[in-house]
Amino acid sequence: MLQEESDLSLIIAQIVQKLKGSNLYAQLERQAWGSWEKRILKSLNSMCTELSIPLARKRPVGEQKELLNKWNEMGTDEPDLSLFRPVYAPKDFLEVLINLRNPNYESGDSLSFRTHLGLIQVPLKVKDIPELKEFFVELSLTTGQLGIDDSTQVPPELFENEHVRIGQKVLAEQDSAAAQQYIRQGSPTALRAELWALILNISSQPEDILYYEQLKTNVIQHDLLVDSLIYKDVKLTASNDDYYFVFEDYLYQVLLCFSRDTSVLSHFAYNSASPPKSYIRGKLGLEEYAVFYPPNGVIPFHGFSMYVAPLCFLYHEPSKLYQIFREMYVRFFFRLHSISSHPSGIVSLCLLFETLLQTYLPQLFYHLREIGAQPLRISFKWMVRAFSGYLATDQLLLLWDRILGYNSLEILAVLAAAVFAFRAVNLMEVTSLAAAEAVLADLSTLKVMPLLQIFLFATVT
Amino acid sequence: MSRVSVPCHVKGTVALQVGDVRTSQGRPGVLVIDVTFPSVAPFELQEIMFKNYYTAFLTIRVRQHTSTHTPAKWVTCLRDYCLMPDPHSEEGAQEYVSLFKHQMLCDMARVLELRLILRQPSPLWLSFTVEELQIYQQGPKSPSMTFPKWLSHPVPCEQPVPLLEGLPDPSRVSSEVQQMWALTEMIRASHTSTRIGRFDVDGCYDLNLLSYT
Repeated sequence: MLQEESDLSLIIAQIVQKLKGSNLYAQLERQAWGSWEKRILKSLNSMCTELSIPLARKRPVGEQKELLNKWNEMGTDEPDLSLFRPVYAPKDFLEVLINLRNPNYESGDSLSFRTHLGLIQVPLKVKDIPELKEFFVELSLTTGQLGIDDSTQVPPELFENEHVRIGQKVLAEQDSAAAQQYIRQGSPTALRAELWALILNISSQPEDILYYEQLKTNVIQHDLLVDSLIYKDVKLTASNDDYYFVFEDYLYQVLLCFSRDTSVLSHFAYNSASPPKSYIRGKLGLEEYAVFYPPNGVIPFHGFSMYVAPLCFLYHEPSKLYQIFREMYVRFFFRLHSISSHPSGIVSLCLLFETLLQTYLPQLFYHLREIGAQPLRISFKWMVRAFSGYLATDQLLLLWDRILGYNSLEILAVLAAAVFAFRAVNLMEVTSLAAAEAVLADLSTLKVMPLLQIFLFATVT
Repeated sequence: MSRVSVPCHVKGTVALQVGDVRTSQGRPGVLVIDVTFPSVAPFELQEIMFKNYYTAFLTIRVRQHTSTHTPAKWVTCLRDYCLMPDPHSEEGAQEYVSLFKHQMLCDMARVLELRLILRQPSPLWLSFTVEELQIYQQGPKSPSMTFPKWLSHPVPCEQPVPLLEGLPDPSRVSSEVQQMWALTEMIRASHTSTRIGRFDVDGCYDLNLLSYT
């Protein structure tokens, strides 16, 4: 009984949070988003006509049988994907964000106190460091953290043992809200999978497994153009990554099913985007024959599979892995590639990053701007992928612990600024965008939690 | 509680500025909007609703009808109501706002005229106003129904009809029927909301190109 009550209150809290965040500023968002969506649709349509491949087709029975047999090893397939190209890449999306303008905003030639020196020109409210310190209070120097206080030099009796014990207790009580509070200090590796499932309210009921099997049947029956895009994306990104190439088969199993999942459509209620529409062949314009394409309304872009790859370390059962990914997507990841004014939306994150850099590293910001290396051009790809593929996996999982714990993506912008602060000395010596990119090319040795702590709590301002 | 829209006439906004409008450089930071009700008798104001457009603070003054011969005076009923927590940023800039009678500083019993004073201290915005202004008064109370006599004065129980041979006890039957009815109501109410997840139309998902509308 207690379990249901705490579940219910958490669900209500989540719904309220989602509704609160859906402030849609009509003029600003719809115009920008409308033209961007049209571009994506045009790109997909032209790919369709150029390659003479239908958007969707029913697989013949022989092909269905073959796919069913090969389901667990789709990575061994080597289809010819050379003619496919990703619908868009993060840098295209960045260009759209840079051109967002508010028609009511005074953007005169003269420099005023509010001239935006960075790339984003939209005056959204973002937190400054005092507010961030308050928001991320559990990351402060006086609180124990996994990622810092569990290193080999620190005796485990000081923090780690007790923290693990509390984590086990939280799991035993199945208390979702307590888990969310607990995970702000990081999650022990052994408990992470269960803690995330508890926070995301995922429990493997038989109907969930059945639902996943249903999606698998849908994949077998129909072949979508989007599938080829997914294949291409996995081959280009995850398969080339030292950490994630082993999970290639899992990625296909999750992403192909994800495209067929119509329950994802419900997240468009609080997403300013709208899913692409199409009509059954021969019935153009008739509303009874209107369908969404792909069935889940989400067109994958270059790097999309990297949202799933880190989860493969935690979950090995495909239906549970699928559910976790779906919930992470409709709660967090969709905000990274859609335009909105939500504090965790990508526009706010970019503005937060640029504001933090300008305020606390003004010399560095000015220098980079002068040499034509706007910092956002380098850090955008990190934030859009939530740092997946850029950090070492254990560090990435510690970062995603905090995303879940604080229910906000703002930590991505803070980490991006912290990385720049860490490499500031080297960056001050570069003289071109390419050189700046080179300094920041390899983040795999970085330790996330010390960087965040120093930037938020130990930098002299 | 029902509400009825009151037809109002919104006069054009008047900017308050110091100095000569033509020669001064800055934009006005204070606008005044007068709202009159030409065809309506003095009414009790229930709710004001509007869509904000970059106004930071709102003050409302009201002129009420007085029964004596003293001229009606302007009274402030809402002072510096904050619509945008940070006047320099987008938050709250285009939101729909509702203001109710109980939020006002004075009684809104016999409203003749309203004056909305809009303030936007930030120089960043090119213009500011409020749009889609709607005024509501209390709707008519639902008319009291007269109950038929037999509902309000139920007749005393009649004598139970003597049991006929071979038939079950009617009171037991009625209680069992009631239980069954309650069960069917429960089943009807708890219809599952899980979607079936069909994305095709009758098994067919053969598509044209994507549509742009």
